[in-house]
Amino acid sequence: MTIEWYIVLSSLLFAIGAMGILLRRSPIVILLCLELMLNAGNLALVAFSRMVGNQQGQVFAIVVMVVAACEVVVGLGLIVAIFRRRLPLNVDELRELRG
Amino acid sequence: MEAALFFLAAIGALGGAIGVVAMRNPFYGVLALIVHLFSLAVLFLLLSSAFVAAAQVVVYAGAVMVLYVFVVAYVGGGTESAWDPIPGQRFLAPLLGLALFVELSIAVLASSLLALGSDGPEVGPGFGDPAAIGKLFLEKFLIPFEASSMLLMLAAVGAIVLASRRTR
Repeated sequence: MTIEWYIVLSSLLFAIGAMGILLRRSPIVILLCLELMLNAGNLALVAFSRMVGNQQGQVFAIVVMVVAACEVVVGLGLIVAIFRRRLPLNVDELRELRG
Repeated sequence: MEAALFFLAAIGALGGAIGVVAMRNPFYGVLALIVHLFSLAVLFLLLSSAFVAAAQVVVYAGAVMVLYVFVVAYVGGGTESAWDPIPGQRFLAPLLGLALFVELSIAVLASSLLALGSDGPEVGPGFGDPAAIGKLFLEKFLIPFEASSMLLMLAAVGAIVLASRRTR
């Protein structure tokens, strides 16, 4: 398969993830959609690294994985903290910071 | 063979992604994301990057997804309100997603990267194996490597502080 296919698939996955973030209201699902977008970026990085024949893109993909793992840990910690304080798990009702 | 594998993995990845967005119950969303991640690992293998594929399966499908499953089981789904805070959001969001895809496609088409239409250059069997990636990490990318280890520790401490039982 040519590299183009991978890039098209990656942009499709990225668009689906962005759509999910716009569409869904539960913070857990929003985090899942963020994972989708980060993984689409990873796929593009690895595909471009294969296209150039250089492994540095794969190093970037692994760093993105590390950042995604950190983001998940902090995000899930926030969700657990919200749940403990008996607040609604819905991004439309958690709007105190909106001003 | 390679094309068949690519299309199978692509269908898995797309189906998983759509499942994450469409599933009402977040638990099924997590399961759909696991399907998506395994398909992506197959795609990484097809792109001859074995170490990234292994890290994908171990880190994501192994560790991160277990964390998600625990939190979803603990929190129990959350509530999706029936009302739209922005009128017509349910129709606008797919439109914006489509617009994003079109925009990305235009960007790729206009990039005039000639190698996009090729299979990429011939690479030896050592391409993307742990030894090569580790050598890059410890020689050329030492500072990002150390910074990511620092970031992991900060995230662990932050999660403990956020989710601790102590009440303020």
